[in-house]
Amino acid sequence: MGATSTETNMADPNATALARYRNDFLKEVEERVEEGPWVKMCMQCGVCAGSCPFGPHWEHSPQKIFMMIRAGKRDEVLRSDSMWMCTSCYNCVVRCPRQLPITQIMHGLATYAHRLGLAPKLQPTRDFSLQFWDNCTRTGRVNELKLTMGVYFKDGLAAGIRKGWEMRRVALGLLKSGRLNPFELFGGHRCKDQKGVAAMLKKAREIEEQRKRAPG
Amino acid sequence: MADNKYAAYLCAGCGLGDAFDLGQTEKIALKEGKMHVVRRHDFLCSAAGVQTIRDDIEREGVTHVLVAACSRRAKTEAFRFPAVAMARANLREGVLWVVAEGSAHDEVRQEMADDYVRMGCAELKKMKLPAGNPDAATNRRILVVGGGMSGLTAAIEAADTGYDVVVVERQGALGGWAQRIWKRTPFRAPYAEPQDTGIVDLVDRVTAHPRIRVHLDATVAETAGAPGRFKVKIARESGGVTEEEVGAIVQATGFSTYDPAKLPALGGGAPHVVDQAGLEALAGAAAGGAIRRADGKAVASVVFVQCAGQRDDTGTHLPYCSGHCCATSIKQAMYFKDANPDVDTVVLYTDLRIPGMGEDFYRSAQRKGVTFTKGTVSRVESAGDACRVTFRDLILDEEAVVDADLVVLATGQVPNSGVDIDLPDDDATKAQQVSILNLNYRQGKDLPHLRHGFSDSHFICFPYETRRTGIYAAGPVRRPMDMAQATEDATGAALKAIQALENAALARAAHPRAGDLSYPIVRLEGCTQCKRCTVECPFGAIDEDERRFPVFNESRCRRCGTCMGACPVRVISFENYSVDTVGSQIKAVDMPDEFSEKPRILLLACENDAYPALDMAGMARTGYSAFVRAIPVRCLGSVNTIWITDALNAGYDGVMMMGCRKGDDYQCHFVKGSELAHYRMGKIDDTLKQLGLETERVVTHEVAITDGARVARLIDDYVAQINEIGMSPMKGFG
Ligand code: SF4
Ligand code: SF4
Ligand code: SF4
Repeated sequence: MGATSTETNMADPNATALARYRNDFLKEVEERVEEGPWVKMCMQCGVCAGSCPFGPHWEHSPQKIFMMIRAGKRDEVLRSDSMWMCTSCYNCVVRCPRQLPITQIMHGLATYAHRLGLAPKLQPTRDFSLQFWDNCTRTGRVNELKLTMGVYFKDGLAAGIRKGWEMRRVALGLLKSGRLNPFELFGGHRCKDQKGVAAMLKKAREIEEQRKRAPG
Repeated sequence: MADNKYAAYLCAGCGLGDAFDLGQTEKIALKEGKMHVVRRHDFLCSAAGVQTIRDDIEREGVTHVLVAACSRRAKTEAFRFPAVAMARANLREGVLWVVAEGSAHDEVRQEMADDYVRMGCAELKKMKLPAGNPDAATNRRILVVGGGMSGLTAAIEAADTGYDVVVVERQGALGGWAQRIWKRTPFRAPYAEPQDTGIVDLVDRVTAHPRIRVHLDATVAETAGAPGRFKVKIARESGGVTEEEVGAIVQATGFSTYDPAKLPALGGGAPHVVDQAGLEALAGAAAGGAIRRADGKAVASVVFVQCAGQRDDTGTHLPYCSGHCCATSIKQAMYFKDANPDVDTVVLYTDLRIPGMGEDFYRSAQRKGVTFTKGTVSRVESAGDACRVTFRDLILDEEAVVDADLVVLATGQVPNSGVDIDLPDDDATKAQQVSILNLNYRQGKDLPHLRHGFSDSHFICFPYETRRTGIYAAGPVRRPMDMAQATEDATGAALKAIQALENAALARAAHPRAGDLSYPIVRLEGCTQCKRCTVECPFGAIDEDERRFPVFNESRCRRCGTCMGACPVRVISFENYSVDTVGSQIKAVDMPDEFSEKPRILLLACENDAYPALDMAGMARTGYSAFVRAIPVRCLGSVNTIWITDALNAGYDGVMMMGCRKGDDYQCHFVKGSELAHYRMGKIDDTLKQLGLETERVVTHEVAITDGARVARLIDDYVAQINEIGMSPMKGFG
């Protein structure tokens, strides 16, 4: 994702996008969002809305999001936490009579909103994603203990301790069966080829930057 | 009668020989049925069996044949003896396959079979071999009224098939709407782009065709006659009348557009608001370039408002959907996108209805960037140099506005169907209607309408069949449709017109009794000039002479027998179907006495749907009561109330009638027959009361051909009901 770096790279990406597209949000989505050109093909049947197991927990179903995009509701869509709720179950994609890659579009929209700095800051899925990325790009491997701690303590020390206390039995169980190593907190596993990992990530970022610049 | 020789043939095949005591049945045919010859065959429909009958006809001079075997609907090829009158006793589908198995039911089963043979003999005695109607006329030309897409298609199809055609067009040029539109919605794969209408080519072909004669600036001033001999007066706008004689007519008078001025809330009549026809004119003027408004401004944004004045449930505007307008708007939106992809095109719809391969066309428009928004438009008003459209977004559930340089209203099709002859003569609307055909028929000047002013054309089962024999409606005059459908429709209508004139030339009936040689014969000496027949005939076949006697135009007649059912003095009959052929069957049944606990139910079943449904019950071995005696009738409309009174007088415990669905979505092959029968039966209660009988003793049902299981249930339920009411007190008095 390379999210953090993007945000700092550009002065105010949102302002830039706004100037370019004015009201034509559909066009913006088509050009900048992964699988965005599919949005215009939705025929508003509502099958996706009815298929999504998380449907009741979203503010806007995919159907509505596509309609909002066409209606030019840029802010409402990009600041929404709806597309962050997608669990990638692909139910909607399988059922959509127009074969829209809905799941991909949901993630595409989320990523785009995040890059523009419009994504809801405390959205848990977003937060977890960021921590995960940060965690695994550091050493090339995911450090589960650190990741868990990060999630536990994201809302402050007291909340973290409370959460840890709640989960103590599970933690003890894991410890006993050798699935949890407390020493992982200090350093822990890492990939052998640290340089290689860093180079790979750098290349990936470059490619993405290029892609982002391409349509402009 | 001296020359008539009656013969009955009993089949012992298909298990009939085992199930019945055919020896006894034979005796009944001889003694009671008074047959001259009675034979039994183990396999009557085999070559040998059929040969027996043929030999008797050829060598023994048999003139009347009763086949007591399977249903009249089975083995029709084998049992086809066109030189003799024929009746069928339905022992297989009608008895063997429906009466419960086992020796406990032997008695009632045998009684039922014997009765059907008695009935068959009685019917046969009253039948004559039809001679063919005396009205045969052989004009084989076809008149096409209307020179638009439908009319020209019908003309070219008929001409290419080898028939001479006369085209009458009201305008000064051929082509109708088709020549006024820029492109048409695609009718060929890949269904992605608007296509050329092809009308120029079609007009050229019609104009150059040696078999086609065209009258422009002309209308039909009078239509007289019948299939095979229509006389049509064609009036030219400049004055002067030409008379043409034709054998059949195709009415392809198309539609007018709904007047947008009736839609002020949607901006009808306001500047920069056009209907779809108006947009076609702008597109034609642009000829593929940027589309400009009337004031010359190139359109940068356009909104299409679907269902404008259509699908209206307030009773103000058109209540129906015109079917083509969604695809038309999609096409028109493409006009803009194809000329300039940056033009903002929004289609506001509540449901996009795009039949056929329209879905591909829809997708193609989405690919081109046409925006589709589901919403109901409440207001279109001027906003500066543009229009403001206010609508409710049905997905986001909120009020919204969109501004556009131009608004296109998708208004509907209004049929050009002439005078609504069913309106009373003093009706103000009727006075304003201009007749298309100017028929000199007693029942009125134009094709009768069904709903919303469209010409009645047997909407559900036989789409080309109007209620005037030999006159076929094609295209949007009979229901809203697009160009592809109209083309197909016109082709069908041309073929029906050909059938009609060929049948007329051979003195035969047209659909649905195509090929029938019988025709209504009226004994005028007995006629009381009550006019029932002339009023009730669903096909306007009967006119009136100066002395106000009915005049039958046999070639216009469909042989439904509605006139026969209507006639209170029973002077109308067919040679092979009459008040007597059915009446004698009713009386032929052996009536058990009051204490036998064996009720008898008369079942008059329409031969088109109800009787086949009864056969279907038999084929599926869905049993029903052995107390019922079924007689097929041509149409429930042909049921004369005398049959009912006769049956009740004879001691029948109940009478059931089964006909097709009536009303706006009728399935009656003769359109009005079933409805008229229901109407007449509604009045039979008085008769029942006079006889001191319960009104439940006569019931009428609407059934469809697929109702095999249901008819069986209806019969059984009715028998149970009759058992509750008790046996008829009339037994023994008949
Ligand atoms: S893939 Fe995402 S949007 Fe689609 S049904 Fe699953 S959770 Fe819902
Ligand atoms: S299922 Fe597909 S076509 Fe239907 S509303 Fe959802 S995205 Fe649109
Ligand atoms: S009512 Fe039927 S049978 Fe009688 S004239 Fe009319 S079409 Fe013919």
